[in-house]
Amino acid sequence: MLRVGSNLFLKMIPHGNGIVGAPPPLEWKFSQVFGERAAGEEVQEVDIISAIEFDKSGEHLATGDRGGRVVLFERTDGKDHAFRKDKEKMDHAIAWHPEFRYKTEFQSHEPEFDYLKSLEIEEKINKVRWCQTANGALFLLSTNDKTIKYWKVQEKKVKKICDMNLDPSASVGNRRLVGPIGVGTDFVFPPGGFPSLHLPVQIIGHETNLLPRCRRVYAHAHDYHINSISNNSDGETFISADDLRINLWNLEICNQSFNIVDVKPVNMEDLTEVITSAEFHPTHCNTLAYSSSKGTIRLIDMRQSALCDTHAKLFEEHGTPGSRSFFTEIITSISDIKFGTDGRHILSRDYMTLKLWDLNMESRPVATFQVHEYLRPKLCDLYENDSIFDKFECCLSGDGLHVATGSYSNLFRVFGTVSGSNEATTLEASKNPNRRQAQTPTKPSRSFTSLTRSRRRGADVLSADANGGVYDFSTKLLHLAWHPTSNVLACAAANSLYMYYANVPQNDAQ
Amino acid sequence: MAMIDEPLYPIAVLIDELKNEDIQLRLNSIRRLSTIARALGEERTRKELIPFLSENNDDDDEVLLAMAEELGVFIPYVGGVEYAHVLLPPLETLCTVEETCVRDKAVESLCRIGAQMKENDLVDWFIPLVKRLAAGEWFTARVSSCGLFHIAYPSAPEMLKTELRSIYSQLCQDDMPMVRRSAASNLGKFAATVEPTHLKTDIMSIFEDLTQDDQDSVRLLAVEGCAALGKLLEPQDCVAHILPVIVNFSQDKSWRVRYMVANQLYELCEAVGPEPTRTDLVPAYVRLLRDNEAEVRIAAAGKVTKFCRILNPQLAIQHILPCVKELSSDSSQHVRSALASVIMGMAPVLGKDATIEQLLPIFLSLLKDEFPDVRLNIISKLDQVNQVIGIDLLSQSLLPAIVELAEDRHWRVRLAIIEYIPLLASQLGVGFFDDKLGALCMQWLEDKVYSIRDAAANNLKRLAEEFGPDWAMQHIIPQVLEMINNPHYLYRMTILHAISLLAPVMGSEITCSKLLPVVINSSKDRVPNIKFNVAKVLQSLIPIVDQSVVEQTIRPCLVELSEDPDVDVRFFASQALQTSDQVMMSS
Repeated sequence: MLRVGSNLFLKMIPHGNGIVGAPPPLEWKFSQVFGERAAGEEVQEVDIISAIEFDKSGEHLATGDRGGRVVLFERTDGKDHAFRKDKEKMDHAIAWHPEFRYKTEFQSHEPEFDYLKSLEIEEKINKVRWCQTANGALFLLSTNDKTIKYWKVQEKKVKKICDMNLDPSASVGNRRLVGPIGVGTDFVFPPGGFPSLHLPVQIIGHETNLLPRCRRVYAHAHDYHINSISNNSDGETFISADDLRINLWNLEICNQSFNIVDVKPVNMEDLTEVITSAEFHPTHCNTLAYSSSKGTIRLIDMRQSALCDTHAKLFEEHGTPGSRSFFTEIITSISDIKFGTDGRHILSRDYMTLKLWDLNMESRPVATFQVHEYLRPKLCDLYENDSIFDKFECCLSGDGLHVATGSYSNLFRVFGTVSGSNEATTLEASKNPNRRQAQTPTKPSRSFTSLTRSRRRGADVLSADANGGVYDFSTKLLHLAWHPTSNVLACAAANSLYMYYANVPQNDAQ
Repeated sequence: MAMIDEPLYPIAVLIDELKNEDIQLRLNSIRRLSTIARALGEERTRKELIPFLSENNDDDDEVLLAMAEELGVFIPYVGGVEYAHVLLPPLETLCTVEETCVRDKAVESLCRIGAQMKENDLVDWFIPLVKRLAAGEWFTARVSSCGLFHIAYPSAPEMLKTELRSIYSQLCQDDMPMVRRSAASNLGKFAATVEPTHLKTDIMSIFEDLTQDDQDSVRLLAVEGCAALGKLLEPQDCVAHILPVIVNFSQDKSWRVRYMVANQLYELCEAVGPEPTRTDLVPAYVRLLRDNEAEVRIAAAGKVTKFCRILNPQLAIQHILPCVKELSSDSSQHVRSALASVIMGMAPVLGKDATIEQLLPIFLSLLKDEFPDVRLNIISKLDQVNQVIGIDLLSQSLLPAIVELAEDRHWRVRLAIIEYIPLLASQLGVGFFDDKLGALCMQWLEDKVYSIRDAAANNLKRLAEEFGPDWAMQHIIPQVLEMINNPHYLYRMTILHAISLLAPVMGSEITCSKLLPVVINSSKDRVPNIKFNVAKVLQSLIPIVDQSVVEQTIRPCLVELSEDPDVDVRFFASQALQTSDQVMMSS
C-alpha cells in the first residue's frame, strides 16, 4: 500500500496526552437500517438511493433517489442539545450513538421532456445539499440532471377555523365585494364600527404537519448534466457544475446565473476533459475546487477574475510512465471530491483509490488509499460491463482522522488518515458489517481474466477472487456520508440506507 | 352564527376570507385590510384585528408581504399616532420570517411607523423591539434589526444610545455573514444619525472592522458605505480615515471589491475635496481603468465622464484621457461598449480644442469598431458632440458607420439604428439626410424581418413629423406609394401600415388625394390578408378625412369588402363600417 505520510493531522488527535502515532482503529457496529430488503425482494429502480447528505449540525440526514424523491431523517435524541453535547465530549467509549428516524419525504423532481432538444430528463436526484436553517424550518437544494430546486420544510401547527361571520356552507360566490366600499357610495362606517362583525376564531391544535414547499427553481442554465451543487460559506450563493461548465447562483435569484468556469472547447472534437465534481471551500468564500476526468483537481480563486478559466492551483499526480495501460485514463478520472472541515485538505476518489491532498502541495497527494486493488486484474471485465465508469463518492469524518468510500458487493472501506495508521477497514452494508473483514484479500490476486472474458456480457457480474470471495459488480455502494460531529456513517446500498457507528475504543496506553 | 345585515354582507365575506383556503382570496382580504379595520372600528382593530394578524405569521409569503405593506400605513385605522405602537408586534414577527422580501417590507413599514411615533413612545416600544430583534435567535431577526437603528437612535436617551451603538458593533461581528452584510449596508443610514464625536470613534471602528472582513460580500458593501460616511465626515477626517481605506480597496484582491470602488469613486472625490483627489484618487482611478479584470474596466469606463466632470480639464486631459485612448482599443468589446456609451459626454468637459485634437480620433475609431454595440452607443449620444464641435467633423465617418449598421446581418442591430434615425435626422439636418439616408429608410421597408419593416414604417412617420408634410410629400410619399406594387404581399402590407401611420401627419388633403386612392386600389388585391388590412386602414382613415369622402369613397369600398368570400375580410370590413356609422351618428 502506498502511503505518503505526514504529521499534519497529529495536532488534531483528541488524546493529547503524549501519544504520538496512530490511534487504534475504529470498531464499527451496525446501528440502523431504513428500507431493508426482504430476502428475494426485487429492488425497484425508482427506490435506489442516488444522493445522501448530513446537514452541518448533524441533526438531519437527507437522501435523494432515482424516483425524484427526497427523504429526510432526523435525530431521535433530538432537542436536548446540552445533554447530548456532554455525552459527545466524553472520551471514553460509551454504548451511545446518535440515532435517526424517518421525518418526511417529498417528490422533488418529476420526469420531464425537453421538446426543443427532444430529450428526456430523468427525475433522478443527483445531489442534495443542506442550506442555512432559519426559524426552525429546514432548507435544502436538490438537483437532477438539469434543474435545481430550493426546498423549505416547515412544521406547521394544524389550525381549525371556526365562528365565521357567514355560514360557510352558504354560497357566497356572487356576493363578493367588488368596488371600494364607502367611496362614491352612500355606505358610511360608524365611528365605533359594526358590532355584529367579528373575526374568525382560530384554534391551534397540538398536531403538527410537515409541509415541504418548493421555494425556487433554478432552471435552464445547464446544457449538460449537472453533477454537483455546493453552497458557499457566505450563505447567499451556490454553484452548480455540469460536464463542461460551472455556474454561480444567488439563492434568492433564480432567473440569472453567472458562468464562472467553461471548459468547452470551440470545437467539440477537441474535447479531452470534462468536469466531474465541484465544491466550495468550507470557509473561504472565494475558493472552490473542481475535479476532472483526467484525474486533476483545480483550485479556483474567484477574486482574481470574473471568469475563472485559469486556476490558482492544479493538483495532479504524475504516474510512472511504465505503468500505463489501456485503462489508465479511465481509472484516473475523479468521481468525487470533498473538502475536509478544516478547509486544508481535499479528498478525491478515482476508480481504484482515495487520495488525500494538502492544499499546500500540488505535486502529489499526502496519502493514497487503495480501495479495491484486487480488482486491478479484472479491469477488462469491468470495462466490458461498464462498471469501470461507476462514480463512487467519498467522505471525511468531521475531525479529518478518517476517510471512507464504497466499493462493489456492498462493501465500503474506512481508512485512518493519521500518519502511521494502518487502519483500513472493510465493511459490508448489512446488519453484520464485519462479516467480510477477515477474508479481504491483502495480496494481489491472480488474474481470472482469461476465465471471465469468455463469458457473455451481463453474466459476469459475479466474479470470484483468488481467495474464494465473490464480488458482485451489480451491488455497488456509490453513496455514503459521514456525520459531521460523530463517527456515524450512512451508506446507501441500492434502496436501503444503512447506518453504522463506531466508538473510539479504550486505549490501553491511557 | 350571527345574522349579518345585507349591506354588511360583503365586508363579512372579506373578513371570513382572511382565513380562506384559497390564497387569492386571502390576499384580496389582506389588501382590503383598511376596509376591515374601518368596519370593526378603531378600538376593536387594536384589540382584535392586530392580535389576530400577529398570529397569522405562517401564511404564504405573498400574503405576508401584502400584510407587511398594509400595516405600514395603518396608523389612521388604529386611532392615530398615540396608538401606533400596537402595530409593532405583527411587524416584529414579520421581521423574522426567512423570505427576504417580506422582511425588507416589514422593516420599511416599521421605519415608516417609527418616523411618526412620539419620542417617548419610541423609547417605550420601538427601541425595545430593535433590541429584541438584534438579540434574536435566528439570523433573520438580526438581519432585520440592522435596518431599524437609524429610526431608534435619535430619540434614545444617552445611556440607551451607548447601548445601541455597541449592539450595532456586535451585529457587525456576527457569526452569520448575512447579518454582517445587513449591518454593512445599513451603516451609512445609521451613521447619519450618530453624533459627530461618536461618529469618529465608534462608527469609524465599526467601519474599519467591516473593511477587513473575510467575506468578500461584506467588504463589497463596506465600499458602498465609504461614500455615505465620507459625506458625513469633515473633509480632513475623511482624508484621514476614508481615503486610505478606499485606496486600499482599489487594490483589493477581489475583483468584485475593486468593481464596487470603480462604481463609487467619483462620489468620494466630492467628499475629500480637490487636493486629495488629485494626489490619491486620480491615481487609484487610473489603476482601475487599467485593471486586469474586464468587469472592473467596464465599471470604471462607464464612469469616465462623471469622474472627469469633477476634475479640472487639465487633470482630465493629463491623466484620464491617455487611459481612455487605451480603453478605446481594449480587448474586451464590453469595455469599449461601456466607454462608447459615455465618452461623448466628455466633449463638453474637455472643451472644443481638446475634443477635436484628442477625443475626435477616439470617436472615429469607436465608430469603426467591429462590434456593433460600440458603434451604436456612439451614435446614440451624437447630440452631445454636436453641441461642442458640430456635426461636420464627424459626418465624414458617420455615414459609413450608419450604412454599415443599417445593413448589419443581425436584425436587432438594424432595429437599433432605425430607432436612432429621427435623432440623427434632427442633428444632421434635411440636406445631409436627403443625400445619404433617404434611400436607407426606404430600403428598410423591404427588410426580410417583420420587426424591421414595422420600425421602418414608424420611422417614416417620425421623419415626416420632424421635417414636415411638404418635405415628406417630396421625399417619402412617392417612394412609399411606388412600393405598393411589390409582388410579395407581406411588403404590400407594410406599405399599408406605413400609409395608416403617415396619414394623420400628412393631413386630410394629401391623404385624400394621394394615399386614399392607393388604399382603395388595394382592396382589389388577390390576397385576403391585404384586403382585410385595407379594411383596417380605412377604418383608421375615417376620422382624418371629410365626411363626404367617407360617404363617397370609403363606405362603398367597405361595403364591397363586407361581401367578400373570405370570412376575415368580411369581419374587419363590417367592423370598419360600424365605426363609420358611429362617427356619422356622433357628428
